[in-house]
Amino acid sequence: MDKGKIHEVISESIIPERDQNKRPVLECSHLGITFGGLVAVDDFNLTVGATEIAGLIGPNGAGKTTAFNLLTKVYQPTRGTILLDGQDTRGMSTMQVNKAGIARTFQNIRLFDKLTVEENVKIGLHNQIKCSTVSSILRLPNYWKTEKEAHEKALELLSIFDMQDMADYKAGSLPYGAQRRLEIVRALATNPKLLLLDEPAAGMNPSETAELMENIRKIRDTFQIAILLIEHDMNLVMGICEGIAVLNFGRIIAKGSPEEIQANPTVIEAYLGKKKED
Amino acid sequence: MKGKKTLNKTSKNNFITMGGLLLVYVIVLILKEGGITTNLINGQLVPICAYMIMAISLNLTVGILGELSLGHAGFMSVGAFGGVFVGTLMQEVSDSKVLCLLVAVIAGGLMAAVAGLLIGVPVLRLRGDYLAIVTLAFGQIIKSIVNILYVGLDSEGLHVSFIEKCEVLDDGKLIISGAMGATGIRKLSTFTFAFIVLVVCLIVIFNLIQSRTGRAIMALRDNRIAAESVGINVTKYKLLVFSISAAMAGMAGTVFAYNYSTVAPTKFDFNTSILVLVFVVLGGLGSIRGSLIAAALLTLLPELLREFSDYRMLVYAIVLILVMLGTNNPKIRDFFAKMFARKKTAKEENANG
Repeated sequence: MDKGKIHEVISESIIPERDQNKRPVLECSHLGITFGGLVAVDDFNLTVGATEIAGLIGPNGAGKTTAFNLLTKVYQPTRGTILLDGQDTRGMSTMQVNKAGIARTFQNIRLFDKLTVEENVKIGLHNQIKCSTVSSILRLPNYWKTEKEAHEKALELLSIFDMQDMADYKAGSLPYGAQRRLEIVRALATNPKLLLLDEPAAGMNPSETAELMENIRKIRDTFQIAILLIEHDMNLVMGICEGIAVLNFGRIIAKGSPEEIQANPTVIEAYLGKKKED
Repeated sequence: MKGKKTLNKTSKNNFITMGGLLLVYVIVLILKEGGITTNLINGQLVPICAYMIMAISLNLTVGILGELSLGHAGFMSVGAFGGVFVGTLMQEVSDSKVLCLLVAVIAGGLMAAVAGLLIGVPVLRLRGDYLAIVTLAFGQIIKSIVNILYVGLDSEGLHVSFIEKCEVLDDGKLIISGAMGATGIRKLSTFTFAFIVLVVCLIVIFNLIQSRTGRAIMALRDNRIAAESVGINVTKYKLLVFSISAAMAGMAGTVFAYNYSTVAPTKFDFNTSILVLVFVVLGGLGSIRGSLIAAALLTLLPELLREFSDYRMLVYAIVLILVMLGTNNPKIRDFFAKMFARKKTAKEENANG
C-alpha cells in the first residue's frame, strides 16, 4: 500500500453540504487502542456531520466494532481524542457518553430479555423522564405523572417501527428482526445526537432491509440526528450512506462518497485481494 | 390500551399476594386467639415473619438485581444486635413498649443499611462468584466481631470492649456479652408488629420494582453493558439495592431478636445465610410471592417434623429435594399448567353462560 496516497484520501472531507456550516457531531483524531501487543485500531480519524448518515465498512476483523466500543467507551482509547459535538469525552464512562449524546445498538443483540418491549423502551428513557426512588416507593403524584409520560413516550417511539402492538411481549420472545428494531428504538429513547448502529440489517431478508433503509432515513429526518452505521449489506450502505469510511487492519484506508468508494482500488484490494501481476 | 394492561397484571398479582397474606394473618390470629394453635406454632410466628422479610429482601438482591449474596445473615446480625442495643437505651428513656420496639427496628435497619453501603462500595466492582465470596466473608466477619464484642451500660455510661469482658457497675448490665450474645432482652416482638414490618417491606419492594428505579435494576440484571449504554448508573443502583436489602434484613434481625430473651451471634451464621438463599431459590428467583411461601413453609417444616425426632433433618432434606425436582420437572409443570388452564376455561365458560 502506498502511504502517501492514503493520507491524500483522508484529507478529503465527506461531510454533506447541508452540514458544512454546522459543527460536526463527531470528530475523532488519531484514535487508537492496543490490546497487549496487538494494535486493534490505529490513527482513526473520522468526522461525522450533524445530520449525516455515514457508513463504516471493512472486512471481518478490521476493527469496526472495536471503533464503536472506543466511541462509547466500552474500551478506553489508548491514544487520540474524541470530540462529541465539540465536547471532549476523555475520561468519560459508557454511561456518561450516553448522557452526552451517543446511543448505540449491538452486533449481538443486547436487549433486556425478561422485560417487556415497553419496559425496554422505558429503560431507554431513564435519563429523559426522571422520578426519584423515594417518590416511587411512596407513590407520590410525581410517580404517576412520570409513569404516564413514559408510557406515552414509549408507545410514540415504538410507533416509528409500527411496534406499538408488541408493547406487552417479552423482548426475548420477539422475532430476530423485531429485536433489532427494538434495539434501535431503545437507543433513540435516550435522545442521542449520534446514533451508532452495529450491523442493523444482519439477519434480515431483502424486503426487511429495504424497509429498514426507509426507517433509518425517516429517523434522521424526524430527529435531525447523525447516524453512523457498520454494515456488510452493500445495498444498504451504498443506498443510504452519504459518506463512507473503509477500515482494514485497524486503519482507515479510504473515505468518500459511495461512488468514490466503489471505484477505489485500495478498497477493492482490501475486500477481494490483490490482482496477480504477471 | 395494551400497555396499561401489563401494569394492571403485575399490580393484580401484587394485590393477590397482599390479600393472601392478610387473609393468612387474620386466620392465624383467629386460631391463635381461639387457642387452637399449639405453643410450638405460636412461638414460630415472629420468626416466620422475620424469615419472610429476609427472603424477600434477599430476593431483591439475588432475583431482581441478579447478584448472588451469601452473607445476608450478617446484615440480620447487625440489625439484631444494633437494634437490641438501641432498644435497651430507649428503655431508659421511655416506657412505651411499641415505641421502644419501633425505634429499635428503625435503628437496626439503618445500621444494617450502613453496613450494606460499607461493604458495597469496595465490593461492587466485583461480579458473580467473586462478589458471592466476598459477601460470604463479610457474614463470617460480622459473626466473629460480635462474638468478641462486649457492650455494657451503667450509671457511668457506656462501656465497649473487645475480647475481654468490660467491667460494669452493679447498677448496670451487659447488653451484649461476647459469645453469649445479647442477654436479658425483654420480649417485645408480637406477631402483629412483625406482620406490619413485613407488609411495609413488601410494599416498598413492590413499589420499587414497578418504577423507573426498578426497571433500571432489572436492566442491570438482564444486560449490564446494554444498561450502561442507555445511561444507567451501575454503581448507584447496585449500592441502592444492597443498602435497601440490608436495611430490611436488619429490621428482620431486630424483630427476630426481640422474640427471644437471649440471642447468640452464632444464630446468624453461614447456615442462616444459606437457609434464606434456599427460601429464595425454592420460591423462584424474582418471585416475591414464592419467597414468602417458601420461607413460611420451610420455617414451619422442621417444627412439624419433630415426631420424626432424629430423622428430622433427613426428612427435611428429602422434602427439599422432592420439591426442587417436582417444580423443575417439565411433566409435573405441564400437569399443573393444564389443571390451571382447565379451571380458567371452566370459569370463563361459566361467566359467559
